[in-house]
Amino acid sequence: MDEKLSPAGPEEQARRLEEERVTRRTFLMNVGIALNAVVALAIATPVVAYLFGPVLRRKDYRNWVTLGNAADFHPGETTLVTFRNPYQNSWDGETANVPAYVRCSEDGRYTVFAINCAHLGCPVRWFSESQLFMCPCHGGIYYADGSRASGPPERGLFTYEMKVEDGKLMIKAGQLPTLRNQASTSPCPSTPASTSPAIVTRIESCPSTKGPNSSEPGTSASTIG
Amino acid sequence: MQLEAPIKDAALHPVPKSTASWWYVFGSASLVLLILQIVTGVLLGLVYTPSAANAWNSLEILNHELPLGWFLRAMHGWGSNFMVAVVLIHMAQVFLFGAYKFPRELTWILGVFMLLMTLGMAFTGQVLRFDQDAYWGLGIGASIVGRIPWIGGQLVDFMLGGPMINGATLTRFFALHVFIIPGTLLVFTALHVWMVLKLGVNDWPMPGRIVRRETYLREYHELAHTDGIPFVPGAVWKDLVFSAAVLFAVAFCAALFGPYGPKGVPDPAIISTVPKPDFFFLWIYTVLSFLPPELETPFILIVPVVAVAILIALPLVAGVGEKSWWRRPVAVFSVMFIAVCWGVLTDLGTYTPWSPQMNAWSAAPVPVSYLRSRTPLERQGANVFQEKQCRNCHSIGGLGGQRGPRLDDVATRLTEDQMIRQVLLGGGNMPAYGSALSPAETTALVRFLVTLRPSYQPPASDASRQVVGQAGVPPLSAVERGGGQTPVR
Repeated sequence: MDEKLSPAGPEEQARRLEEERVTRRTFLMNVGIALNAVVALAIATPVVAYLFGPVLRRKDYRNWVTLGNAADFHPGETTLVTFRNPYQNSWDGETANVPAYVRCSEDGRYTVFAINCAHLGCPVRWFSESQLFMCPCHGGIYYADGSRASGPPERGLFTYEMKVEDGKLMIKAGQLPTLRNQASTSPCPSTPASTSPAIVTRIESCPSTKGPNSSEPGTSASTIG
Repeated sequence: MQLEAPIKDAALHPVPKSTASWWYVFGSASLVLLILQIVTGVLLGLVYTPSAANAWNSLEILNHELPLGWFLRAMHGWGSNFMVAVVLIHMAQVFLFGAYKFPRELTWILGVFMLLMTLGMAFTGQVLRFDQDAYWGLGIGASIVGRIPWIGGQLVDFMLGGPMINGATLTRFFALHVFIIPGTLLVFTALHVWMVLKLGVNDWPMPGRIVRRETYLREYHELAHTDGIPFVPGAVWKDLVFSAAVLFAVAFCAALFGPYGPKGVPDPAIISTVPKPDFFFLWIYTVLSFLPPELETPFILIVPVVAVAILIALPLVAGVGEKSWWRRPVAVFSVMFIAVCWGVLTDLGTYTPWSPQMNAWSAAPVPVSYLRSRTPLERQGANVFQEKQCRNCHSIGGLGGQRGPRLDDVATRLTEDQMIRQVLLGGGNMPAYGSALSPAETTALVRFLVTLRPSYQPPASDASRQVVGQAGVPPLSAVERGGGQTPVR
């Protein structure tokens, strides 16, 4: 750009004129670009809304689902149940089935566990003989009350918000439980689920209900020797 | 048509003689495999139905009803495996030969994105198979995404196209696998190949021939024009031979091993499944099972980002200097280290020693020799051992889970008291069985476990008990007893 400092002879004037003409063309090109940008924005806005639709609708996902008569779940038993996802497409086929475990404790209290391991979501299996849930993927193990027994999970099993109405056992379900997902669930089997979905959940270990000396069974701390 | 001249130019451009090497064939083989994947993919797309209710059935029809549909699926599946493998080898070769250095930095950076897209294709392709593994694999993906702070929950909904893994999820991954990733990959491939043509094939690295920004282009030009050969046919024949060999290998594997799945129907209500990722993701599966719980979220959210950042930054940081592997020991050892880690993690992933074996308790019998001349109580203990699913994590006689230690010689390690304590309280990654075992069951179980030791090894003893038994006098140490020496009979 240093050349501009040279004195303006007739040739230079012609060149500047040429430059100006180019600038007019450049202006028109910029107008073209701006027009395209406006149109692109107009087109893109609905596209973004379309893409993020599943996020915008997330308030509608959880609904009350009936699992059956509460009396059919006997005290001391953990039962595998399957329900249809309340929020589904007609082409979902079998994938709209959702399994869950209903536990009725000896004193008649119900807990409904999500099937998904709190580690990475694989389906845990219930073994009534050893009273354990075992995960086939990375070996997460949970006790009958859903608390973590061993393996990589950082918390106990996810539990559904539940209620018994007119003798029917109902849970609030419809969303895949993950660590950041309120759809699940309360962090501990014994504490009530929070009612309003929050964006951030802090994962905390469950408050120990046992004495200080007996609170460590099945942790990674070795008790041998 | 005026295409003749540019095509001729591209084909006949001179390359250094040393680049006509069998080490330089992996890039072209990757391209050939990409074309194979596109052709077979389009053909599969004629039949495949991206609907959650029907995808699995359409694959079954491809496998069993359409003539050679199974072969097409097998070609696509094995082509994918070969493509990931060849791309990784190509990358290692480029790294070891210093080909990412000046002036080819951008070619490498494009290549890093192409690797990520290739892996993305492999993962989304596994999802399109839409069997049980695909379903739960998506669950694992969603659980990882769900660990992202603040927006994890929203991102899961975005990724799945809804609240759950269902029809909307499959169509999203279909769009990714069929339109978005391959479209981008093709554009990147065109750019990548164009840059190779423009900048020339990397010269064979010689120790001492240092890459300098000021002189390299002139040196390369000299090398290519004085000691060079035309790319066609001088160098290309090796590419052609290798590509043909790779294509034959794909077809051979496809014909011999057949298509991948689909395994069980994607019904989440069928929970007796053992989900497992495809071969090239097994190492991740292993890493995820070995991470301590507190470390897991930071690790899986930070490490991949750092790894990609390192790959991208590599040519910017080390863009000049030595190319030869003889003068780059750190580079060579990095590749060896990564290869060994990858190999070990993948090997572990093939037999997943960390997973309980879900049916071992009912499927793996107690060896007869462990029951011979045992008391009824001890045999009852063997019963308890099976019934309480101990076998899912502990093997005896070579059968059973490998999560816990094998118990064939447990009595040489633990005394009866220690066993009772371990069984009831758990610990060391073992659940506590205190509430699942009655006192009688515990007694029987431990009596059985106490018999589990080879006859030539002494049972475990508790040193403190011994001291008490000897009125406070400590026993002789192992050395004093002559431990470690072969007893003379």
